[in-house]
Amino acid sequence: MIKHKKTLESYRNIAPPGTLDLLYKLAERLKKRSLLHINSTRLGGGVAEMLHRHIPLFNELGIDTRWEIIEGSPLFYQTTKGFHNALQGQFHPITSQMYEEYTKINQRNSRKIDFSSELVLIHDPQPAALISKKRKKSKWIWRCHIDISRPQRRVWRFLREYVSRYDGAIFSLPSFAQKLDIPQFLIYPSIDPLSDKNKELSQQEINSVLEKYHIPKDKPLIVQVSRFDRFKDPLGVIEAYRIVKEYNDCCLVLAGGSATDDPEGEEVLKQVKDAASKDKDIFILDLPPDSNIEINALQRSASVVLQKSTKEGFGLTVAEAMWKGKPVIGGAVGGITVQIIYGETGFTVNSVEGCAYRIRYLLNNPEVSRRMGEKAKEYTRRNFLITRHLCDYLAMMISVLKL
Amino acid sequence: MEEFTFKGCIEIKELLGKQAADEMKLLEMIEEVPSDSIYYHTHSYFLRHYYIAGPYPNDFANWAAIQVRDRVLGEKLAVVTPWGDKNLEDIRSELMEIIDSHLSETKNISFVVYGQPFYFMKSRIIEVPTGVTVQNLKQLRDALRLIDASAIYNHIFEARLRVRRRKSDFSIWLEDILGRKELAGNIEKIDAYMYSLEGLRQKILQLCEQELRK
Repeated sequence: MIKHKKTLESYRNIAPPGTLDLLYKLAERLKKRSLLHINSTRLGGGVAEMLHRHIPLFNELGIDTRWEIIEGSPLFYQTTKGFHNALQGQFHPITSQMYEEYTKINQRNSRKIDFSSELVLIHDPQPAALISKKRKKSKWIWRCHIDISRPQRRVWRFLREYVSRYDGAIFSLPSFAQKLDIPQFLIYPSIDPLSDKNKELSQQEINSVLEKYHIPKDKPLIVQVSRFDRFKDPLGVIEAYRIVKEYNDCCLVLAGGSATDDPEGEEVLKQVKDAASKDKDIFILDLPPDSNIEINALQRSASVVLQKSTKEGFGLTVAEAMWKGKPVIGGAVGGITVQIIYGETGFTVNSVEGCAYRIRYLLNNPEVSRRMGEKAKEYTRRNFLITRHLCDYLAMMISVLKL
Repeated sequence: MEEFTFKGCIEIKELLGKQAADEMKLLEMIEEVPSDSIYYHTHSYFLRHYYIAGPYPNDFANWAAIQVRDRVLGEKLAVVTPWGDKNLEDIRSELMEIIDSHLSETKNISFVVYGQPFYFMKSRIIEVPTGVTVQNLKQLRDALRLIDASAIYNHIFEARLRVRRRKSDFSIWLEDILGRKELAGNIEKIDAYMYSLEGLRQKILQLCEQELRK
């Protein structure tokens, strides 16, 4: 169950000085304007999680904000899952029947939704075809949350027909920009510092999580939190740990989500378990999706946090760890390069050896590590908190509505 | 007495969908992109880096040095500071001359091997009143401690370049309204391109404290 009783004022002493006042002033220009968000689910996934937090805050700011979802069929979801994979660069065949189902479901939903808002924000490809209901006076923006830096051309050509009719698009990274004749805005995603995954925890709460998983408290912890997915390179993390272990006694925690619905995930998890062999200092935790407190505690217990991805969308686990004052060593890909300022808030690396070297460096230089962690926290405060995200949305709305 | 009204700002970042993977392409694109893009990659660099200044004070220099690993071009581009009487077209010309001259001195065109291409962006700044006004130096100092850092950017960088004021808003008010010519002059002497916004905040605060102690 998601709890959402935080008001904007709850963030006053967390956001940078002056941010909340700036947000209120910005919102004055949008008072009584109406905003409609549309996506494909209210539960599960990062977009729904974000909307649950954003919508009450938009309303608190005086913007009349609603949230609608579209309802699909199994074939529709199969199609949009295919779109998702194809747009992220994986080959995925889409039949003409699937394209037809996509259009049909969007048409059916368009008859049920009230589109009277001045600004309509459509999230991801699933409801993109609703653009056919755009009224002359309203402005429509397509918010793309996925990595479309190298999309499968046929799927993108199909989707572009709809996207090009919008008044603008929002992407999460510069590399996701497309050749489009509409304005393309850059808005980074964000973390909520008051959510269970990021809120302050007492030492007792942290200890209870470590005890629950039998993780020793007397050795430095190296932690990577991510799905068991090849692109997150968990096997590379184990290799790097083994190199470090020759010099420094430490433990490795690989904490990931449940892989039951992902056949490839299960395979990767098995490989990771095999690679860990019987090393008693490697902890592989296959956590259920609501393990937010556990993830929070593990990140807070870490001496070094890794996100050694070889391909990544934005990778918000980096900002989560940075918010907890941890230096992060991450693969030099996707949004990780935006979050980690090399040598300042952590290190980006390109190889197992590079990763191992930087882990050793941080373990042996605790003062450097502490200073980097402090900078990482401040950098996150400025750039990756929900308050900055809201400011960006309001600025975009002011620009699009020409206020 | 005329008050000083703090105004913050927020940047709307737009992607141009254009990129360069080598230094020749970078040169071509610098010639072609709108001036708002030159602004984004030189000026508003400071707005995006409140605490941590990168190795060099503009995106072009950092890209050449870090992504292309051409430290020489990185260092040469780092000296382009959009200060003084330069407008965005002057800055564009200066960047182009440096890259052109660098390319004529090197046999091969350096390109990205392991790094990322240069993604061209542009920005628009929206001014936002903070609701904070001050009437004397003490109040200015107190407000400076707490104001959103974007107000520092707006009154120093934005005032000079886009609004084309001859000095920072702080210096104009201190000199014209409070008659504190020396303090205004000292603020003008700060090499703003050598500081992050937080560093700049501290530097101005330090000068105000010195003046108040007199």
